[in-house]
Amino acid sequence: MISFFKDLPVYPFLLNAVLAAVLAAVAGGVTGSLVVVRRSTYLAGAVSHSVLAGLGLSRLLQRRFGVEWLTPMGGAVLAAVTVALLLARLTTRGRHRPDTALSAVWTGGMALGVSFVAATPGYQDDLMSYLFGSILLVSGADLLWMAALDVVIITVMFLCYNRFLAIAFDKRLAHLRGINTAFYETIYHLLAALTVVLLVRVTGIVLAVALLTLPAATAGLLVRRLDRMMLLAVVLGIAVGVGGLAISYAPGWPPGATIVELALVVYLLAALFSRSRKREEGAIQ
Amino acid sequence: MRDVCFAYGDQEVLHNVSFSIARQELVAIVGPNGGGKTTLLRLLLGELQPRFGSIRIFGVPPTVARSRIGYVPQAIPFDPHFPVSVREVVLMGRVAKARLGLFGKKDHAATADALAKVGMSGFAGCAFAELSGGERQRVMIAQALAGGSEMLFFDEPVANVDAEHASQLYNLFKELTSGGVTVLMVSHNLGVVTGHATQILCVNRTAGLHAIGEVASQTFTEAFGGSLMALQHGTDCHVLDPSTAMHTPHHGAGREAQGTDD
Repeated sequence: MISFFKDLPVYPFLLNAVLAAVLAAVAGGVTGSLVVVRRSTYLAGAVSHSVLAGLGLSRLLQRRFGVEWLTPMGGAVLAAVTVALLLARLTTRGRHRPDTALSAVWTGGMALGVSFVAATPGYQDDLMSYLFGSILLVSGADLLWMAALDVVIITVMFLCYNRFLAIAFDKRLAHLRGINTAFYETIYHLLAALTVVLLVRVTGIVLAVALLTLPAATAGLLVRRLDRMMLLAVVLGIAVGVGGLAISYAPGWPPGATIVELALVVYLLAALFSRSRKREEGAIQ
Repeated sequence: MRDVCFAYGDQEVLHNVSFSIARQELVAIVGPNGGGKTTLLRLLLGELQPRFGSIRIFGVPPTVARSRIGYVPQAIPFDPHFPVSVREVVLMGRVAKARLGLFGKKDHAATADALAKVGMSGFAGCAFAELSGGERQRVMIAQALAGGSEMLFFDEPVANVDAEHASQLYNLFKELTSGGVTVLMVSHNLGVVTGHATQILCVNRTAGLHAIGEVASQTFTEAFGGSLMALQHGTDCHVLDPSTAMHTPHHGAGREAQGTDD
């Protein structure tokens, strides 16, 4: 762990990794809190696994058809946005059960991704890094993408926070109060999708949901207001992100997995603390 | 509401319902379980569309009038872990009218005023999850008041509220009507309803609207004497002795509840 902080000013890739962890924690904490209180973590799972389709498509177009403008990150954003719009449509206006729609998109996106990868000539080593995360390979261009997405997510959340809160609290009442719930549901799905794209770069498709939900769920155990939950989730996300990087550095452990494992440990400690606090409160009463 | 018919599939719930409510009235909607009270409320809220007939609120369809209507359900599907304060819940009543971003001073002032009216000022900073059922109900009423609605719908507004606060809420409803607001409330507690409402809308597949004085002079004297008797307006709605109203099953309702959750 000490060697990580010694090497941090020496190696630019380590600094990039720390910046990526911070940028991902900001989006993950803000959007993740809303995802957790709405109990819609499966939405994030469906989006993250569908991202493989976008990544596979971009690589296929690059290798087979020479389309260079669609980068893997661009493909990931394209797939996430498409899936978000589809899910918003299916779950808010359609007659499909939400869990069925999510399962269909989750597995369908993953299957498409596998097919695209299979149709692409050559070994797809960089796609493997998207599957399991590659925070140590984050480039300057990736950081710019992530920063831009953070700005979008924070701006939209600031503007729509009150409406998101009202819809999460009671969607029917919010609709009867005159809020265009279908519109804000679509915005919410898009925010969740963009956040997942950010997190995929850090922990990979397989573990992105963990980083979206664990810091937020931990914060939810400790505070009782959504805005405070978001702030605390960002702080916790940065702590486990940088902490996980530092812990994994010297022994050469996979950083994405270590970050998630650290987030899980923090969550369990918070759950124990929350439980003992409730017992004490109960004893006092 | 004029000649409104509504059915869930083949099961007709409301048949040729017509009534007109003037502003500033406090109307109690009463009727047996399955009689169509909740369906009527959902039609007025614009959540359901009538199969026949028309509904106008302030001269426009309910969906258009929605921003001028406040609604408090009997219960909300509330997650006990949802992180929200009492103040935030009441502010939600103003969310459709507020600009994007943070709430303004007017919104906070209206919220404080609404909380004071329901006797919950001291709870503004508390977590909503920590309140009792009755306190939550009063906060939800404050939410409807904070929106500055011209018409308020309450579904069993005092179902979980203790007697003292229930009386305060009914007095508040009266104050609201004298301030220009029209109040419609679904209630099973006929004893209390007759003491506060100005009109009574009896719903049982069809509906009849009566001024409360007129109804009381004809029928309520006997009802308060302990007997069970029908209102004199052609429907099967029954008035119960208020002392037994919360416990006695409705007899002679004519049909079982089907497709509604009245």
